[in-house]
Amino acid sequence: MSDDARRLKPVDVVIVGGGWAGSIMAKEMTEAGRSVVMLERGPDRSTASEGAYPASIDELEANFRYKLFQDLSKNTVTIRNNSQQTALPYRRMAAFLPGEGVGGAGLHWSGVHFRIPPDDLRMRSRVIEKYGARFIPEGMNLQDYGVTYEELEPFFDRAEKVFGTSGEPYMINGKVVGKGNVFSPSRSDHFPLPALKDVYTAHLFRKAAEEAGFHPYSLPAANASRQYVNPYGAQMGPCNFCGYCSGYACYMYSKASPNVNILPVLRQHPLFDLRAGCHVLKVELDADGRRATGVTYTDPDGKVVTQPAELVILTAFQFHNVRLMLLSGIGRPYDPVRNEGVVGRNFVYQNVTTSNVWLDRGIETNQYIGAGGGGVAFDDFNSENFDHGPLGFVGGSPVWVNQAGVRAIAAAHSGGPPGTPRWGSAWKAGMIDTYRHSLRIDAHGSNMAYRDVYLDLDPTWKDAYGQPLLRMTFDWKDNDIRMNRYVVDKIGDVAKAMGARRVNLTKREFGRPFDTRQYQTTHLGGGAVMGSDPGTSALNRYLQSWDVHNVFVIGANAFPQGTGYNPTGMVAALAYWAAHHIRTTYLAHPGPLAG
Amino acid sequence: MRGLAGIAACGTSLASRPARSHPPAPYVPRFFTPIEWAFLTAACDRLIPADENGPGACALDVPRFIDMQMDTPYAFGAQWYMQAPFVQGPDNLGYQLPHAPRDLYRRGIAGMNAHAATRHGRPFADLAPALQDDLLRGAENNRLVFGDIPSSVFFDQLLANVMEGAFSDPVHGGNTGLGGWTMLGFPGARADFMDWVDRYGAHYPLGSVSISGETA
Repeated sequence: MSDDARRLKPVDVVIVGGGWAGSIMAKEMTEAGRSVVMLERGPDRSTASEGAYPASIDELEANFRYKLFQDLSKNTVTIRNNSQQTALPYRRMAAFLPGEGVGGAGLHWSGVHFRIPPDDLRMRSRVIEKYGARFIPEGMNLQDYGVTYEELEPFFDRAEKVFGTSGEPYMINGKVVGKGNVFSPSRSDHFPLPALKDVYTAHLFRKAAEEAGFHPYSLPAANASRQYVNPYGAQMGPCNFCGYCSGYACYMYSKASPNVNILPVLRQHPLFDLRAGCHVLKVELDADGRRATGVTYTDPDGKVVTQPAELVILTAFQFHNVRLMLLSGIGRPYDPVRNEGVVGRNFVYQNVTTSNVWLDRGIETNQYIGAGGGGVAFDDFNSENFDHGPLGFVGGSPVWVNQAGVRAIAAAHSGGPPGTPRWGSAWKAGMIDTYRHSLRIDAHGSNMAYRDVYLDLDPTWKDAYGQPLLRMTFDWKDNDIRMNRYVVDKIGDVAKAMGARRVNLTKREFGRPFDTRQYQTTHLGGGAVMGSDPGTSALNRYLQSWDVHNVFVIGANAFPQGTGYNPTGMVAALAYWAAHHIRTTYLAHPGPLAG
Repeated sequence: MRGLAGIAACGTSLASRPARSHPPAPYVPRFFTPIEWAFLTAACDRLIPADENGPGACALDVPRFIDMQMDTPYAFGAQWYMQAPFVQGPDNLGYQLPHAPRDLYRRGIAGMNAHAATRHGRPFADLAPALQDDLLRGAENNRLVFGDIPSSVFFDQLLANVMEGAFSDPVHGGNTGLGGWTMLGFPGARADFMDWVDRYGAHYPLGSVSISGETA
């Protein structure tokens, strides 16, 4: 196919995927004076059109017809729980909801904007230091990222300033300055905006968590608590807690998105060329496979064209980056039997369960009020903030009320307390009581990497372009189930302190396989991870392919294991980190940045 | 037949509707046949019955919503990955049938009526509510078979669309008079709580509003 493809005029940099990572890399590369083509397979999108009030806040279209999400009819994945099964196509949206179109999932995300805990970056080393190497279960591929929090700090800071993130700090330059998360590392500066107000449920949760002896803090949110102008000159309006974040373009210009915070500036740049409706088929390599020469894609008319470039940056969603590496022959595919190869290895998810608390019928919890990134959390059982020694599991979970706005169809589907019928008068009564008087508390846990959990290409099913679908082999493991069950019990303590009328603690169950039919989270990770050992990582610590030095791969694919936090803050920081090293070193001296 | 069956199935909810000076012309379904429409209206009114907590599915025009949805790309399966082969596997790996929503309705309704005829000698719409509920529960618990469609697949499709119809914006044909939102306490497109976010414990005083500006 590539031989017949029309060849376009060469450019300096081609970027695959128009979400957060792609927009950050494009901004950085144009600042460095390089010509950039950004290819996005979905349509062009802007807040002015997709976010126009009131038509944009249509729950049916946004959350049940997936207006801004990936078109599964063209491309999906296959899924199985273990390598003995036949993986079957993920035919309908359910467990996870990947994005599509300019802005990517960054247009319709919620806005929780974290810095990764320092211990998570060196999880393997930390666990061995604290508990010894034998503590790591057989078959768990626990790894370090190969980069430290201190190295990443300036880039976390940069990302927060670009995103207009609202939050309360705890420590700046080693000095305690505020009531933020006592477990969070020292920062070089304040958040650009103060924390959002607590919605009522978050307010109640904060008081109860304190009473239960935990350390609640305001979730860092890329939802602007005040009017804000970011370092690029992009403007945000103050969040009005409309309750339409996840699945929607923010009509208030309050939720950070590539479309609001970067692209309005980037689109004006003469070196920037955005091409929507362009689906990349593969990265082209030279004859010995050591250097990329560009990418081949189908344009909006269905013509196959090749875009030559000096530098190829993959910034598609986590699993699309991994698939493109497999389709292009970049890096050695993972073989779980021989335990060799790296592309597809350490595929991870996130271990989220949502519990429910019913309060007195005199208390209206107003679940329709919300900001996607707002809320109150405690980290007493996240990362290495607690002693795992007697517990016998690796990993942890923040606990929070993150009331992003519960809308009517979702409330109808959730229905009443466990045991309530799904329809009829009993359902109606239970649903109304639950909507008006309850709140949701999440355990948003980590998911470790395992030797028999991985990504490869499916032998049977193809996408609309005739290329094999990506195959996921995934199931929950006892270590992660034990972690979830331990942390969810703490939610019971908080609910008691809240004076709950009724509590439903939702825990992962041993032996119950991963269920693709129920939404869990879109925080997928790994599969092309960063690290310091080419034997266990596809990318070096600068997110550069070990094998093809002019290919960088930016995304949650780089996480060696799943964290308890939402991934976007880390992805943005890694993008700025990689861009910094490309600008300061690679452009002048192209070649491997790590030996 | 259509009119009679529809009115019979929706009788209770029609009676509870607010009086109008000019009653609107009855909705004429475009996708569903008269027999199917009779099933749909009867089933919707059992899934969301009118009661002391609020209106039922017929008063909310949920059948109209579902019929209108059948003309959207969604109903043709355009948003689903529909490439062969279709291989059945464990339930937790998700939907693996070659049928789009339109097919599920055609086959599912025929199947429900066939079971009603076999057991009770009459179509579903003509049965007493308790018998209708039994059949719906049978479908929900996958105790019926409609050719290659497990009955729970059809039931889940129907229930999902019924919930959508009762609680989505009226622009899609359901949630008439914002009755679904009012029952739930959902303000709809208000979408501005700048002044209410920290009035802890206060009752939010404004009623629902739709995308078109209709209020309740």
